Amino acid sequence: MARVFMKGCEAIAEAAVRAGCRFFAGYPITPQNEIPEYFARRLPEVGGVFVQGESEVASINMVYGAASAGTRSMTSSSSPGVALKSEGISYCASARIPMVYANISRGGPGVGSIQPAQMDYFQATKASGNGGFRMRVYAPSTVQEAVDMTYNAFDYADQDRNPVLILADGVIGTMMEPVVLPEMKSDEEVAAIKESKKSWACIGHKLDYANRAWIQPGQWSTAVQQECNETARDLYASWIPEVEEYQLEDAEIVIAAYGISARISKSVVDLLRKEGIKVGLIRPMTVYPFPYAAFDHIDYGKCKAVLDVEMSIPAQFVEDVAVAVKERCPIETCLCSGGNIMSRDAVIAAVKKINEK
Amino acid sequence: MEKVYARTKTIQDDKVSGFCPGCMHSTVIKLIGEVLEEMNLVEKASCVLGIGCCGLHMDYIAYDNITAPHGRACAVATGIKRSNPESLVFTYQGDGDFASIGLAESISAANRGENITVIFINNGIYGMTGGQMAPTTLIGMKASTAPKGRIAEEHGYPMHMCEILNQLTAPAYLERTSCNTPQNVMKTKKAIQKAFQNQLDGKGFSMVEIVTSCPTNWGLEPLDALTYIEEKMLPEFPLGVIRDK
Repeated sequence: MARVFMKGCEAIAEAAVRAGCRFFAGYPITPQNEIPEYFARRLPEVGGVFVQGESEVASINMVYGAASAGTRSMTSSSSPGVALKSEGISYCASARIPMVYANISRGGPGVGSIQPAQMDYFQATKASGNGGFRMRVYAPSTVQEAVDMTYNAFDYADQDRNPVLILADGVIGTMMEPVVLPEMKSDEEVAAIKESKKSWACIGHKLDYANRAWIQPGQWSTAVQQECNETARDLYASWIPEVEEYQLEDAEIVIAAYGISARISKSVVDLLRKEGIKVGLIRPMTVYPFPYAAFDHIDYGKCKAVLDVEMSIPAQFVEDVAVAVKERCPIETCLCSGGNIMSRDAVIAAVKKINEK
Repeated sequence: MEKVYARTKTIQDDKVSGFCPGCMHSTVIKLIGEVLEEMNLVEKASCVLGIGCCGLHMDYIAYDNITAPHGRACAVATGIKRSNPESLVFTYQGDGDFASIGLAESISAANRGENITVIFINNGIYGMTGGQMAPTTLIGMKASTAPKGRIAEEHGYPMHMCEILNQLTAPAYLERTSCNTPQNVMKTKKAIQKAFQNQLDGKGFSMVEIVTSCPTNWGLEPLDALTYIEEKMLPEFPLGVIRDK
C-alpha cells in the first residue's frame, strides 16, 4: 500500500472515516483543530455528517445521540475540552453506547498551555467522568500507530458497546509523518455495521413495549444498577493490555514511558546501547488496561532502577508504574511539563545518573 | 357498545407513571402517544428525554427513548436526526432542562433549524428536585431557593422561550399552549400534530411550549393550580402561535 505524508490529526480523522465513522461533532480547541476541519471536508464526500457543536458539551452529546442511532461516531478535543465532555462520556459508558474520542492533550491544569503535554493521564485512565466507568485507552507514539489504533478503536467500541479513547498529545497530533492508511470500508460494510445495531438503536421500533429501544444512562432500580456495574466490571476485566517491551532481557535500567515520551525514550535506548549501557523500555500501548505484567519481565537481579519518563509534573503515569514494580527496585523520574516537550538529552542524562550509581 | 375512545397503546398498562396528582405531564404524554398512533409514527419515534420529572415516564411509554444529560436533549436529538433522518425525533424537556442548564443547546439547535420537535413543559418550577426556582418562575412566586418569592432585582425576570427563539431566523414553528382546560388540551394536541408534521415535511425546528401546573411544588390543590395557571401563568406566558412559517 502507498505511503502518504499526513499530519497526525488529519491521519486520525482519515482513519476514522475508513473505519466507517459517519458522524463527527466537535468544537474548536488547539491543538486538535485539524481533526474537525478534516472531518468537515471529508465526511460529506462519503455521505457522513459533520456538525460544529456550540460547545464541547453539545458535541459529545451529539455523538451520544448519533451513536445511539447506530452510526459509528466520533468526537475529539484537547485537555480542557475533554474535561467538559466528561459527563457525556460517562453517559455513553453507562448507557453502553459505542463511540470513539481523541484527546490531543495539552498542558494543564486549567486552561494550561496549548503545547503538547501528558497531563491528562489520571483523567484518561482513572476518572474520565463521574461514576467509575473505564475505557480502553490507546496511547500512540507515532502517527502510524495513531492511525491503526483509531481504525481498530471503532471495532472495540462496537464489540464492547463502550467508549474508546485515543490518548495522543500535541506532538502526535501536529507532526507530519509518512503513514500507510488502512483499507476503506465499503458503503455496504458501513451500512451492515449500522444495521447490526438496529435492535437497540433509538431510531423507532414497532409498537411493542418489550422490543422498544431504551437507552438508559442510569437505572431506577438499585439492584439493576448494581447488576449493570458488575457487568461493566467483568467487561473491563476481560480486556487484554497491549505493550511493547524493548531490549528488556538484559536491561540494567528500564525506562517506562508512553506516547511521545516513549518514542523519545526508545531512541535513547538505541543510543545508549551503542555506548554499552544496558537500557530497556516498557511502553504501554494501552494505558488502560495497564500492562502491569510486563514489569514482571524485568530481571530485578540486574535492574538498578526503573526510570519513569513523562511530560507531566507532578508525575501521574508513575503511580501505575509503582504498582507494577512492587518495590522490587527503585523508581526514578525524568519529567517536564507546561507544554515543554521531553528532550532526549534530559532522558540520557537521567539514565546516566542512574548508571553511575 | 361501540368503543369510541381508548387509552393510547403507547402507554403500557402495567406500569406506573410516577407523576403526582394533578400533574399535567401525564396529559401531555397521553397526547403525544395519541398523535404518534394517529399519524402512524410510532415505528419512527425517537424520544429524547430531559432530566427531571420530564423523564419519569421512560418506563411506561412503549416507544423508543433515550435519556439525555441535563439540558442536552437538543444536542442528542441533533445527533440522532442528522445521522438517521428517517426517524421522528422529539425532545421532551422541562423548564430547568430546556431554559436554564440547556439554554445553549436549545438556542443553538433552534438557530441551526434542526429538523426536530421540542415539547417544552413550562410549569415555572423545578419539580423532581423539590420546588427550586426556574428561569420561568413568576415574579413573587415562592420557590425553595427563593423563599421570599422571585425578586426581579435579585433573580431577574421569567424567560419567555417562544419569544426568545422568535428572534432567530431558522425556527419553523413556535406555539405556546396549555392543558388547563379541555379546549386547551385539544389545542395542545393539534400543536403537537403540526409540529410532527413539520418535521415530516422537513421544515426544521418546531417547538410547542406547554404551560402546565405543578400542584405539589406550587403548594396548591390540583384544582387551585388550574386557577393559578389561568390567573397568574397565562398573563405572563400568553398562549398562541408565535411563529408559523
